[in-house]
Amino acid sequence: MSELQLKSQRFRREREVDWKRLEALVTKAEKRSAGALSDTEILAMPVLYRSTLSALSVARATSLDQGLIGYLESLSARAYFFVYGARSTPQEQLNAFFSRDWPGGVRTMWRETLIAFAVTFLGAVVAWWLIGSDSDWFYAFLDPGLAGGRDPTASVESLRETLYHDEGSDGLSFFATQLFTHNAGVALLAFALGFALGVPSIVLLMMNGAMLGAMLHVFISKGLGFEFVGWLLIHGVTELFAIVLAGAAGMRIGWAVAFPGDRSRLEAISETGRAAGAAMMGVVIMLLLAGLLEGFGRQLIVNDWVRYGIAASTAVIWGLYFYAPRPARAGR
Amino acid sequence: MSLVEPAAEDLKRQRTLVTPEGIALRLEIASVGQRLSALIIDLMIIAGVLILLLLATGFAFAAAGQNSREAVLIVLFLGLFLLRNGYFLAGEMSARAATLGKRAMGLRVASRDGGRLRFEAIFTRNVLRELELFLPLTLMLMALVTGGTVDGWIYLLGLVWCGVFVFLPLFNADKLRAGDLVAGTWVLRAPRQKLLRDMADDGADAQPHFAFTPAQLDAYGVKELQVLEQVLRDANRATVRAVADRIVAKIRFDRGAATDLEFLRAYYHAVRGRLESRLLMGKRRKDKFDLG
Repeated sequence: MSELQLKSQRFRREREVDWKRLEALVTKAEKRSAGALSDTEILAMPVLYRSTLSALSVARATSLDQGLIGYLESLSARAYFFVYGARSTPQEQLNAFFSRDWPGGVRTMWRETLIAFAVTFLGAVVAWWLIGSDSDWFYAFLDPGLAGGRDPTASVESLRETLYHDEGSDGLSFFATQLFTHNAGVALLAFALGFALGVPSIVLLMMNGAMLGAMLHVFISKGLGFEFVGWLLIHGVTELFAIVLAGAAGMRIGWAVAFPGDRSRLEAISETGRAAGAAMMGVVIMLLLAGLLEGFGRQLIVNDWVRYGIAASTAVIWGLYFYAPRPARAGR
Repeated sequence: MSLVEPAAEDLKRQRTLVTPEGIALRLEIASVGQRLSALIIDLMIIAGVLILLLLATGFAFAAAGQNSREAVLIVLFLGLFLLRNGYFLAGEMSARAATLGKRAMGLRVASRDGGRLRFEAIFTRNVLRELELFLPLTLMLMALVTGGTVDGWIYLLGLVWCGVFVFLPLFNADKLRAGDLVAGTWVLRAPRQKLLRDMADDGADAQPHFAFTPAQLDAYGVKELQVLEQVLRDANRATVRAVADRIVAKIRFDRGAATDLEFLRAYYHAVRGRLESRLLMGKRRKDKFDLG
């Protein structure tokens, strides 16, 4: 009977064990994670993968058994994603993100960051100027509900009250959570909108700047400028910077969509997306910190100089972290 | 699922990936329908979890004293944030690189350059979901809630603008949505496939009782052989009979008392042996019209 068997049948019978073993390994890894595999299994995986791949090319050239070829194709693809798509350990990923990807992503878009700063500043100046000419403009930039009584008609005392108001420690952590989720949502949206050629990102930055300008005008015209800036910047350095970065990341994507340069549009978009995406993950972290500073730091610290001190140190820390020159690492 | 000749529509979605070992793997781009189904499954899961979360925090809030209510609210807000932004991330970061919905549809996310799927890429493709999914949804909800106080034209413009992104996957060959474009990913269909029985195994026993002449074996090519393989696999009585009759008539074979199935198995085995031995010499006979 054995001489009646086709070569392709014998081939399949001989090698089947390896394929089944690879299939079991891949299934195990997919069900849980790469960590579920033992050391011997991890070592066996690439060997089995290569032998399956070579079996596939032999089968394509010599066998007409569709069931076999289909199986080998699907198994090879699954193993391929595992062997070449395997991610490093979470520990290594975190390291790479904090030491390289995040600051690197932010640095590559320094030009957009400057523009985003300028746009925010422009928004603030325009709002300032408009409110200066007619204080009713204030309500065009700020929703009265959001302003919470901090409008041009408020008295100096009530304004001062809002700056140093201590709600007690009750409700602070909830406040921080809410601020974080709200701001992170807005920042993520600003980034996503960048895909629409970056225009909505710019508009969002402008509106953000206008709100800032409107508030500044209200407080400075009442002689509370110094106190207000301290109140704002204790968390604002981190938060405004994060929003500027989100807008910058959006603009960068929009720029790549509109002007891909020498690369194909697809390449340009995905290459930019990689750096901008890393920066955006950082933005979410920054907003989390800003939410904590705003929820706790601002309510609990009422001394202006301490507020300024914290604001200045956050500015220095972020500046050094993102832009300080660092030694090039070999092999990267 | 048919193993035979994919339809033209499926061929259009096939891509080749050349592995570093130099072997071309065939990949299949997921169709828009499959991805939509996966998304609907995911959204239903999210909605289910959302309802559970709201119920749980609602009860907890009612039961909790004044002091711990704040903690309940924090859990609720963080839970909502995580559900919206974290569900897709967590699924696609797992070893299967797919959310539960995608798993159910046999899909997975992969890097377009064939390299590894980085976390940034997964993050980016899901942030863009804000633009493609949540923004249009919010717009529609807003229109429903405000009941038309939003200016009709502005609303229409908003919808059209969103539509550009929502329907993007329909207009490119790789079915990329905006998130895939930016993240450099695509979604592939990579269902698990079982190792099916070799249909020649049955024929090996039966073949000695049949004597086919070379001319009879040369009646068909690879394409017909694969159709025959599928017929044997399905083993549908009526089809088997019809196919057996067709072949007997075509090759003018006297099958004596053999049943349809026995005859087909033996013939499949014999034809495959002949075609494979020619394949070994580098001659692949495409179909019965291929006489080269």
